[in-house]
Amino acid sequence: MKQTVLTVKENRQIAKSVYRMTLSGDLSDVTRPGQFVNLKLDGFYLRRPISVCDKEGEVLTLIYKAVGDGTRAMADYGKGKEIDCLVGLGNGYDVAPSGDAPLLVGGGVGVPPLFWLARTLVAAGKRVTAILGFNTKDEVFYEDEFRALGANVVVTTVDGSKGRRGFVTDALAGLEYTYVYTCGPEPMLRALYRATDVGGQYSFERRMGCGFGACMGCTCKTVTGNKRICREGPVLTREEILWED
Amino acid sequence: MGRLTVSLCGVTLDNPVIPASGTFGFGYEFADYYDINELGTFSFKGTTAEPRFGNATPRIAETPAGMLNAVGLQNPGVERVIAEELPKLKRVFKKPVMANVSGFSIAEYAEVVGKLDQEDQIGWFEVNISCPNVHGGGMSFGTDPRAAAEVTRAVRKMTKKPILLKLSPNVSDVTEIARAVESEGADGVSLINTLLGMKIDIARRKPLLGNITGGLSGPAVFPVAVRMVYQTARAVKIPVVGMGGVARAEDVIEMMLAGATAVEVGAANLVDPYACRNIIRDLPGVMDKYKIENLQDIIGGANK
Repeated sequence: MKQTVLTVKENRQIAKSVYRMTLSGDLSDVTRPGQFVNLKLDGFYLRRPISVCDKEGEVLTLIYKAVGDGTRAMADYGKGKEIDCLVGLGNGYDVAPSGDAPLLVGGGVGVPPLFWLARTLVAAGKRVTAILGFNTKDEVFYEDEFRALGANVVVTTVDGSKGRRGFVTDALAGLEYTYVYTCGPEPMLRALYRATDVGGQYSFERRMGCGFGACMGCTCKTVTGNKRICREGPVLTREEILWED
Repeated sequence: MGRLTVSLCGVTLDNPVIPASGTFGFGYEFADYYDINELGTFSFKGTTAEPRFGNATPRIAETPAGMLNAVGLQNPGVERVIAEELPKLKRVFKKPVMANVSGFSIAEYAEVVGKLDQEDQIGWFEVNISCPNVHGGGMSFGTDPRAAAEVTRAVRKMTKKPILLKLSPNVSDVTEIARAVESEGADGVSLINTLLGMKIDIARRKPLLGNITGGLSGPAVFPVAVRMVYQTARAVKIPVVGMGGVARAEDVIEMMLAGATAVEVGAANLVDPYACRNIIRDLPGVMDKYKIENLQDIIGGANK
């Protein structure tokens, strides 16, 4: 983890309520796809954790949904804006166990952290399939970008307005895959866990206080004991997940 | 003796800045970010007799100029604290540490203090009788002068080390509790713990926190804390450790003028892991600005 000031290069809307921000600065502590950064926004007390979508050299890409007061304010940040950031947070995905044909499954703003992962896996010669799930066509983003990487891409929308109708799990039939990497709402993670039987890495979201392991605000129970989603997570392996209730 | 040096219950602190319990873990993880020996000391994560998972999530909510938390005393229990956490701390922290202890019965407080008493690195006990996030637990001890006195009496028998009682602001007269623990042999008091609060998610029409209520901290509570430290320092002869919303060097000086011998910093650590180090580094410059030669001299300065 490192505290650093990043400068906004570009910040623009790419889908309904969804924005892409690129920032430049010292990213030496950003080491793995699936990590996150924690941004101090003017006028808000706690930082905002946002998953890393991509990192190339000294340029960081974040994709976020303007849902609350903080992220709506962030959507107005323009080029040149400086943001106090904690970078390199969380464990991130481990590409080692992917096998030859990893399957990447993202739901909504769970899609972004899979992008750098897909790029990394394709560069390692893996046959990557990505299922990108959204509610409706206005919310779809990054379909073309995943294709441009050379991934086999399946888009699903709940209302059928684009791609295949239904949930991400409805797109599993007929696909062959060696391993699962996923990020998205918890009901989606759980459905995917039940619908697949290969190993995988699941990225979880929790409300956080600090984002670096101090406050115990995001603790969850796992097979291997209590884990802080911000520090020992956000990525848990299939074997260690304990679904609550 | 440096300009920042103070003495807390007979133990010297190189500076009065102390990360508050629950915002600094057992210290060693912050040692990845900077040399934590720069701190006066720190108060480690509230420790109970048995391991505790804590409350259901969400445990954190943002508020204007602050936050609510309802972590619920998650900790590995005193046995593992001694076996696993303190040895890790010892490798990176060479000063006496403040042991924060909690309990659900008077016997539990005594048990935890008794077990930790043998640990050489512990310089003080901070006995939390004010956690608002545990049902049927700590809070009731901290809101009743007789119960607060009973806890003090029980832990006093278990150790010769200095004992500070951590007091709740959720009472009508904090000085009554402070006097009660002083009369049973407390060496100091620390305050304020968090103020009981609540947030409702208006989209879901439900309380946001898993625990429903939580404790408010951050700059929003700072003036409340200054007031209670001021009142308490006038009411007792034992040292007062001030906390509640402290975020910068000026706040440390304000707390000390109100009567604090040392100052804990809580929520600020969660926003900025370097908060305490930065406050310590800023103190000499701010002291120069206000013509303060030594911090020890200003304790209770606004009380005179």
